[in-house]
Amino acid sequence: MKKIITRSAFILFGLSSLSFAGEATNSGDTAWLLISTALVLFMVPGLAFFYGGMVRSKNILATLMHSLTALGVMTLHWFVLGYSLAFGEGNAFIGDFSQVFLRGMGPETVRGTIPGYLWFAFQATFACITPALIAGAFAERVKFSTYIIFILLWGTFVYDPVCHWVWAEKGWLFTEGAIDFAGGTVVHIISGVAGLVSCLILGKRNGFPNQPMLPHNLAYTVLGAGILWFGWFGFNAGSALTAGASASLAFVNTLVAPGGGLLGWLLAEKIHLGKASTLGAVSGIVAGLVAVTPAAGSVQPGSAIMLGFLTSVVCYFAISLKHKLGYDDSLDAFGIHGVGGAMGALGCGIFASVGFNSLLFTGNPDGTPGLTQFIIQAKSVAVTALYSIIVTSILVWVLDKTLGFRVATEEESRGLDISLHGENAYNS
Amino acid sequence: MKKIEAIIRPHLLEAVHKAVSPYVAGMTVMEVKGFGRQKGHSEIYRGSEYQIDFVPKVQMNIVCKDSDVEQIIEAIEPICKSGKIGDGKIFILPIEDVVRIRTGERGEEAL
Repeated sequence: MKKIITRSAFILFGLSSLSFAGEATNSGDTAWLLISTALVLFMVPGLAFFYGGMVRSKNILATLMHSLTALGVMTLHWFVLGYSLAFGEGNAFIGDFSQVFLRGMGPETVRGTIPGYLWFAFQATFACITPALIAGAFAERVKFSTYIIFILLWGTFVYDPVCHWVWAEKGWLFTEGAIDFAGGTVVHIISGVAGLVSCLILGKRNGFPNQPMLPHNLAYTVLGAGILWFGWFGFNAGSALTAGASASLAFVNTLVAPGGGLLGWLLAEKIHLGKASTLGAVSGIVAGLVAVTPAAGSVQPGSAIMLGFLTSVVCYFAISLKHKLGYDDSLDAFGIHGVGGAMGALGCGIFASVGFNSLLFTGNPDGTPGLTQFIIQAKSVAVTALYSIIVTSILVWVLDKTLGFRVATEEESRGLDISLHGENAYNS
Repeated sequence: MKKIEAIIRPHLLEAVHKAVSPYVAGMTVMEVKGFGRQKGHSEIYRGSEYQIDFVPKVQMNIVCKDSDVEQIIEAIEPICKSGKIGDGKIFILPIEDVVRIRTGERGEEAL
């Protein structure tokens, strides 16, 4: 564990140095994390276009707004409360209020080898994109005002605690040794399952599934996926929290895993339905990226390709469940992020070979390959998913009963852009 | 005077336009959707097939003298005929009167 530098290992050493004002920062690490933070931030508008292209033309602005407002709302949440709840010392389950409004942080604060401000900012971008991912599941039918309240509450009661469990020094999953390099559980699983339960509680779009609801501009979706992949280099390689070997491994894995994902999806499509599609290509890329997120720093590139490929095929078939079971996950937030995140987290237990022992490899000279890590990974998947399912269900149900979560039927059929925002994306 | 409404496959618009241009002074073209014997077609998104009931077509509206009708139809038909369902239809309707707004001309003068 101590031979490698992962986000987790960093925190182990980093937290203790928090109080040592004036400890040296490393300019290389700082420069890379500054860039990575901006890269991750860019993923949010990327996600907006990825999702925006898949909805009908009357709902694109409302869909873009889900991502955009998450940027604004969640950065403020992170500043006011979120950062403290996630990374305040606290106990095994939650941080504390010691760092609300960034209390106690100044230019001299150092975390590991980077300034405290930078650590805060890098983490803030993760808190922004995670709730925005959920919005794909209930796209085209929810109230804007309730959505904003929902992401604030979801950030407070789901994201912040889970982030603490997995990435903070005292977090219980961190101390158990769960591998989550860049957010398989913290970002993808909890948002994916949150999407699933919200769309189950809120119900289908009017007309689903009899009336086809087709993507109105897949070119936007390709553009969005491109931006996501680009930003994901910051997401994964930035999570090394250093500009060294670990970041480079994560970078390479972020390069090759989506390749496996793309190939897996296209093959599945070609064999299953006879045509390889553009939406399939970008879905495969994103599935590969999601899968490699928790594993980026702890598997070899060959394993990353396998993981991307397998995850993509599993996601392909997972998505068809919604038609069989009849739930309306509009843009497959669960099918790709929930399922892909779980595949990635479990994949760590199978393929990890850098610093950890997995089913197939020994990456830690003291140990032997075995089930131990896999069991820890399975436990982290099950617990984070279950927690998110329970708390999200309560939040969505209560908001729906009090403020109302869905728009009126007539507003939905007119389109959310004109009904909620008073504008249309396309005027001639 | 007659009005010819030709519903054709969208990609044939340019060819038909060239073929009928010797006989017509103007036309209105619309992108339309509908179904006949072709019914719809299916599209595939993320592993699921969707049945699209209304097929995109182009509708050309041409108003002409009675004597030009047959020539125009003969120009349209061979280009649009593939022998498969979905080739389209041509409707011919009587026209009572026409007004050219710029000059106030009426009837065939206004075509």
